[in-house]
Order: sequence, then structure tokens, then C-alpha cells
Amino acid sequence: MSIVIDHLTFAYTEGGKKLEPTLKDLTFTIEEGSFLGIIGHTGSGKSTFVKHLNGLIPCEKGTVTVDGHDLSDKAERRIVRSLVGMVFQYPEYQLFAESVFEDVAFGPRNMKLDADEVKKRVEHAMELVGLEPERFSARSPFELSGGERRRAAIAGVLAMQPKYLVLDEPMAGLDPLGRKEILTLLEKLRTESGCTVIMISHSMDDIANHATKVLVLEQGSVFAYDTPRAVFLRAEELQRIGLSVPSVTKICIALQKKGVQIPASICTEQALIDWFKEGNFHA
Amino acid sequence: MRDITLGQYVAGNSVIHKLDPRTKIAMMILYIVMTFLVKKIWFMAIPFAYLVLELILSGISLRYIVNSLKPIRFLLIFMFLLNLFFTSGEHVWLDLGFWKLTGEAVMQSCFLSVRIILLVAGASMLTLTTSPIALTDGIERLFMPLKVFHFPAHELAMMMTIALRFVPTLMDESEKIRNAQMSRGADFESGNIFKRVKSMIPILIPLFVSSFRKADELATAMESRCYHGGDGRTRLHQLRFQKTDLFAILITLLFVAVLIVTLVLFS
Repeated sequence: MSIVIDHLTFAYTEGGKKLEPTLKDLTFTIEEGSFLGIIGHTGSGKSTFVKHLNGLIPCEKGTVTVDGHDLSDKAERRIVRSLVGMVFQYPEYQLFAESVFEDVAFGPRNMKLDADEVKKRVEHAMELVGLEPERFSARSPFELSGGERRRAAIAGVLAMQPKYLVLDEPMAGLDPLGRKEILTLLEKLRTESGCTVIMISHSMDDIANHATKVLVLEQGSVFAYDTPRAVFLRAEELQRIGLSVPSVTKICIALQKKGVQIPASICTEQALIDWFKEGNFHA
Repeated sequence: MRDITLGQYVAGNSVIHKLDPRTKIAMMILYIVMTFLVKKIWFMAIPFAYLVLELILSGISLRYIVNSLKPIRFLLIFMFLLNLFFTSGEHVWLDLGFWKLTGEAVMQSCFLSVRIILLVAGASMLTLTTSPIALTDGIERLFMPLKVFHFPAHELAMMMTIALRFVPTLMDESEKIRNAQMSRGADFESGNIFKRVKSMIPILIPLFVSSFRKADELATAMESRCYHGGDGRTRLHQLRFQKTDLFAILITLLFVAVLIVTLVLFS
């Protein structure tokens, strides 16, 4: 099963008038089990696109189909909302309940699960994000630290056990440790529960290290949809549209200019280390 | 939620836009007085003519005025029907036994509807042609004399400016929170009234929390730029009463005079 996006076009309306389309004729498939990284300049349509994945913005032209459920159908949208979990920018601002437990339980309760199942899922989700249920369940979400609040909010989405997890810049404003914790969590979810991860990020390093596929949006159109290696090989084109490449790729390009025979397709630290270990380096 | 036009400002460069906000506030007050002086629908033609004149001079599209009337359409219908049913009169048009439709009732309903429409349209003219900042500046200056009685004119104006400034921000914020809770399966559309009110809690609490946080941040930002209230504060843009302002007031007074004369002559 997969998410199929077919000729999706969307334009916002302002004062009764259609604006220039934000999304232009997007067609591609997000395979189950993949880690899709979405990159693009501010205003390229990233956030608008992900809002189509669970029907927050109804499809106007073209279709989005999640596991065979067509999102243009209102009844199907409710089903899809429990399949596709959505973590927005600064998700900690959506916390509202008196206790962390109650907040995380909001999603599962809306899915009309019974009390035992809700408790099981909430505790599991809290453990996943590293908030021990015994310590945090009864505490108010508003007395947690910034990083803990972010994780509590993510737990609220994970407790719905979505097949597809969409995250819009989940690491914005976090310190390096916080970033690492979130990325480790996403990797764990993907490998252990087979959850498909779709993440918008401005960090090319994180995308290179974790994504299996990269979608580059440029003014609402697909600029590239390929593996990270293939995408970051187009370094010059990416720079022209205001994006950048992972720091490892930058080093490789700089080395190339100095006359070192190194492929520019290396985009992760591990790949660079491996390349050196294989004895390819000749000064 | 996004198409609320009440209090919207349309930037422009017309004569009306350039008037001193104090003048425009005075003009609106005189205009309201005019609509309340009138007791017969036909005389509404005079304030109506005044409104049309202002509309033409301001270059504002009629669409904005129509939009500003949209939120009160149910109130209008309700008022109209209420007066139709409860006004008694002698000229019976239709007799259903338990209720008589009278000519007076129809006239009264039409008259009150026209008055409300003219009032709202006039008030919209003020906000459509005056930026919120200019408006609060004007209010501050108008209340200035009350400082003798320790009336906090500056503080009041500052609070209004901040409140107006945060309306679009909070609208955005509530839209974001709504989306987030909808993604968690929240349902805002079905169920009875109690259920719907209860379903608003997951939106309202985060909205309040973020308002408090924003207020706190704004207070810090203002204090670090040495804001300490209105005492001794100078302005970048001084309000100046000009010839056109005098002219606008005179025209308005002329309309009031014409109205009073007509009312006296025809009563």
C-alpha cells in the first residue's frame, strides 16, 4: 500500500479571487516503509502539500489516495486521519489537557477505542518518546520543559499508531541533543513498526542521513524526486533555487576543486568514512 | 473565519483617506446623529446621499460595504420579521384572523432595516478608510482633555492598538491549532450544541496559553525599548488638522442643517 498523488493542483483563494497556484500538477507515489524528506525554499508549497495528505485541505484538482482511500470523499477522510498522523511545526502549542496522559489520549479516544486500549497506547507512545509514564502521566503539560513538551505532543500523534507519520520541521528550535532524539525516534519507528515517515526539514544533513527518498519542491512543482544521492548530486541546480547540499557533499565538492578524485555523490558521514577506509584516497 | 471584513482597512490615497482621523470620527458621529434624527423612511435619503458622496470620494469598492453587511444579515431578517409581526396599524393589507399585516408594519420594518444598514455601512466607511493605528491615534487625541480627570487615554489607545494588531495573528494561530486537533481526529462539525461547545476546548486552551505567552513577550520587547507609558512620549507622525478637514466638517454640518430644515418643514 502507498500514498498516490495524481495531478494534484491547488490554489489559495483570497477575497474571492484565486491566487497563483501553490501546488502545480504533482504526480508521484510515496511507497510504504520509506522515509521521505521534503525540501524546498520557503513558500515552495511544502506545508500546503502535506496538509493534503490527511485531507485538511480537500483536493480541488487531482487526487490523493492513501491505501486506496480517496481523499476527495468526506467519509474516507475520517478513516485517513487515523492512518496518517500529522505533527505540525511547534506541536507543543497544541497541548491543552490537564495532564500529559489526558493529552496523549485525545487522539486514541477520538478513534473510539476502549479504555484499556487507550491506556496501553498512551503508555507505549510515552515510552517511545522517552517520557516515562510513571513520572510524567499525571503532570501538567504546561510545567514540562520545552523539549519534553515537544515530545509529549509527538506522543499524542504516535498514540494513534499511524501507518504514515507526517512531520513539518519537527526539530525547529531544538538543541542538538533534542534533534538527535527526535531523529533516533523516527528511525526506530520506521525500522521497528514499519511506519512510513514523511518529514519536511531545512537540514540537508538530516535528510541525507535518514531519508530514503527526497522530494524537492520549487514554486509548487516537483523539482526532483529521487534518492538523496541522486538529488544532492545536482548541487549547482539546488543552489540556484536557494537550497543547499549536506555539509559532507560540500566537503567533497571542495576537495574536487583541489584536484582530489572524490565522487560528489557522497552525502553522509558514514559514506565518506567508508570511502576513505576503502583506500580510495590518493593525495 | 477568514472573510471577516468588520474593521478591515483598505489602503488608499483618496481625499477621505487623507483626512485627520479625528475629523473622520467627528463625521461619523454627526452621521449617526442624522440617521437617528430621521423618523420617516423617505428622509433617510439625506444621510444616504451623504454616505454615497463619501463612498465616491473614497474610491472604496461597493463590494467592501456589501461584505461588511453580511455578518448582520440574520439580525436584519430577525428585526424585519419582528417588526412586521408586532407593529399595529390601521391600513390592513392582509387579515389572517390571528394576525393582520398592516401598511404601518411594513413601513416600520423597512425603516428600521434601512437605519441599521446605514449605520453599519457608515461605521464601515470609517474603518475602511482609516488604518487601525490612525484610528487609535485619533481616539487618543480626542480623549486627551479627559486626562484632567486621570482618564488613561494613552493606555486605552495603546491597548486598542495592540488588540487590533493581534487579531490576524490569533486567527492564524487558531487555524493552526484547529488543523492539529483535526489531525488527531477532533470533530468540530457534528453533535448537539453542548458537544460542539465542548469540542472547542482543545482549541481555546492552547489559544489562551499562547496569547498569554505572546503578551508576556510583547511586554518584554516594549520595555527593552524603554516604553514606560504615555508621559513625555513624542510622536513620529503628528496629527495635523488641515483645510480639507475643516471643509469636510463644514460639508457634514451642511448635511445636518439641510436635514433639520427638511424635517421641520415637512413635520
